[in-house]
Amino acid sequence: MNDTLKNTLLFVGIAGLIIGTGFVQSWNSALLILNMGLISAIMALGVNLQWGFAGLFNTGIMGFVALGGLASVLVAARPVPEAWPGPAFQAVGGLLMGAATIGLAILAWRRLDKGRTRGLAVLAILLIGFFAFRAVFDAAVTVIEANNPASAGNIGGLGLPILLSWPLGGVLAAGAAWIIGKTALGLRSDYLAIATLGIAEIIIAVLKNEDWLARGVKNIIGLPRPCPVPLEVELQQDPAFLERAAGLGLDPTTASTLWVKLLYAVLFAIVLAIIFWLAERARHSPWGRMMRAIRDNEVAAEAMGKDVKRRHLQVFILGSAVCGIAGAMMTSMDGQLTPTSYQPLRFTFLIWVMVIIGGSGNNLGSVLGGFLIWFLWVQVEPLGIGLMNLITSGLSDGALKSHLIDSAAHMRLFTMGLLLLLVLRFSPRGLIPEK
Amino acid sequence: MDLLNAFVALANFVLIPGLAYGSQLALGALGVTLVYGILRFSNFAHGDTMAFGTMAVILITWWFQSLGIHLGPLPTALLALPFGIAVTAAVMIFTDRTVYRFYRKKKSDPVILVMVSLGVMFIMNGIVRFIIGPDDQNFADGERFLISARTFKQMTGLQEALAIRTSTAITVVTAILVVAALFWFLNKTRTGKSMRAFSDNEDLALLSGINPERVVMVTWLIVAALTTIAGTLYGLDKSFKPFTYFQLLLPFFAAAIVGGLGNPVGAIAGGFVIAFSEVTVTYAWKKVATYALPESMAPDSLLQLLSTDYKFAVSFGILLIVLLFKPTGLFQGKSV
Repeated sequence: MNDTLKNTLLFVGIAGLIIGTGFVQSWNSALLILNMGLISAIMALGVNLQWGFAGLFNTGIMGFVALGGLASVLVAARPVPEAWPGPAFQAVGGLLMGAATIGLAILAWRRLDKGRTRGLAVLAILLIGFFAFRAVFDAAVTVIEANNPASAGNIGGLGLPILLSWPLGGVLAAGAAWIIGKTALGLRSDYLAIATLGIAEIIIAVLKNEDWLARGVKNIIGLPRPCPVPLEVELQQDPAFLERAAGLGLDPTTASTLWVKLLYAVLFAIVLAIIFWLAERARHSPWGRMMRAIRDNEVAAEAMGKDVKRRHLQVFILGSAVCGIAGAMMTSMDGQLTPTSYQPLRFTFLIWVMVIIGGSGNNLGSVLGGFLIWFLWVQVEPLGIGLMNLITSGLSDGALKSHLIDSAAHMRLFTMGLLLLLVLRFSPRGLIPEK
Repeated sequence: MDLLNAFVALANFVLIPGLAYGSQLALGALGVTLVYGILRFSNFAHGDTMAFGTMAVILITWWFQSLGIHLGPLPTALLALPFGIAVTAAVMIFTDRTVYRFYRKKKSDPVILVMVSLGVMFIMNGIVRFIIGPDDQNFADGERFLISARTFKQMTGLQEALAIRTSTAITVVTAILVVAALFWFLNKTRTGKSMRAFSDNEDLALLSGINPERVVMVTWLIVAALTTIAGTLYGLDKSFKPFTYFQLLLPFFAAAIVGGLGNPVGAIAGGFVIAFSEVTVTYAWKKVATYALPESMAPDSLLQLLSTDYKFAVSFGILLIVLLFKPTGLFQGKSV
């Protein structure tokens, strides 16, 4: 059996699983799995750029995905006139002052001669900068958060089309990746993992606590739909649509939800196709070969005159940007930003499972892994509950039985871990290995 | 100006909580550093192993409580601790045999072992949530306070109170005992010496006839004891929640790296550095400052540098500074 046939069969298998879900459960859940599978595949492509191409171990994916979500809010949420533009600019100006302080401190550290004066100067810059930053920034935040906290209390968005936020989410994530990469790249692989793990936690903490930015845990809801996707309510009042739905024998509610999800699927598939095509082009280009050479032997690549640190920074930024785009897409589909829903197991380590099981270093493998693992992540829960019902059917009703059935939902973490260990042990190169 | 009250407030809100938290971090970081020194990888499953060990202790504690076994003023969990350690040790040896040994024999890249530890992390996390659920569990019993706020005020007549909770005292005492025992073991016994030799130079240790499998097994036993104790103390002092234990991974790593990965003394020092920085940066200094400064200079604001939600940012900031300026840590660690 040659590779093309095997890969085709694998993808046909996934399609079969999703279509099967449509027949057995409902087409709504099948399309939901498909949509999130598409987004997961994009995230997996981003991680594959970093890990598969360059061997960078990034465990901060969750942070970049959340930044993409933040971009959606800032671009598309309704503007808050009370906070815009004065206080919002003041807050951003305060942040810029903070950044300038750090930049100035770094500059002073580099330019001044070594000695006690340098330490004191840097310390003075940091202290003065910190208090100036707090004075400007805190005043702005107080004004913004005092404005109608029950429904606003944030700087609001620009009210632009949400599609714009997809590339902007990528840019925001890339900017964060640049800062992180500048400091954390060049460290040993496990240090990078620990550093990125920490940064992701900090990004989520900022989203949860900075109410002025995106209302924190009060959540932003009701983001507009991307361009061609209508609201279900509008569809249900559109006579032409109702007629077509009736022609297919569907009731208006089901038909409208299906149609909306289908449109999302088309949009996401286009983005996935573009990113996949770019990633494939990158892999077969001289740049891709250079990245793999660096991954396999950094010392030799450096001896050949390759700037390893720069290339690492480059690929780290690119991969993170892809994750940011996926994050913005996800938030647009959900129509809301809920910082508490970002969990590292779901948004960082699950993506890792997708990349490893799909086949690290192979873009097609990452896409396959994205779909397969997302399907399992969704379906293991009902399967686990069904299995547990079957196992405990002999038990009499009681505390033990209800506890077992209640806990069956947590089976999916266990399943993911087991899958990861099995693949690492018996097929370490994944389902579609790198050529 | 009232320096005595200022000091009591400082001790009550900064020094004593920092001491307890530092002890818990030190024990956890010791586990991370030992795995790194002997098995040569960063164990991402550490936090969830800790949750597993604590869960074992909690279940045994509940069983003892239902049997009516109590330790008087001390928490019953202390009685359950040895059994919890035994269960965790068994699980860890089993994990090593079924999972890690294969890659050790193959001499895999450390980063592959980190991936493998991610798999173990998922499984442990799943097991813990499956058995005890994702919610908060409270298992502390016995006397709540060694010195309660009211007793202290009556004793000294001060305005500020210095309350010492039993769990805090137990944490510090246990941590001192455990660390003393560990250092005695590493420096004085034959097995301990062979472990240090193995950590310093694997090939040389093998040449001199040290059995690597035995060293690895002893390491897992010690790590099981350290994590279970650290987790139980943390749970008694604060509360047990699987997700919190997973999040402790970051301060553990930060402590181990700040001290120098692979260096036990460094892990302890790092634990206290991280703990005290977290507490001092996120504490609102208004009360202490009001007592310590003349009345005319009393502050209006809370004098809090960062809100407590950013405590990760503190450990992370220290981690970053150390990595940038002194990558081997405060005490010479490995930088393989």
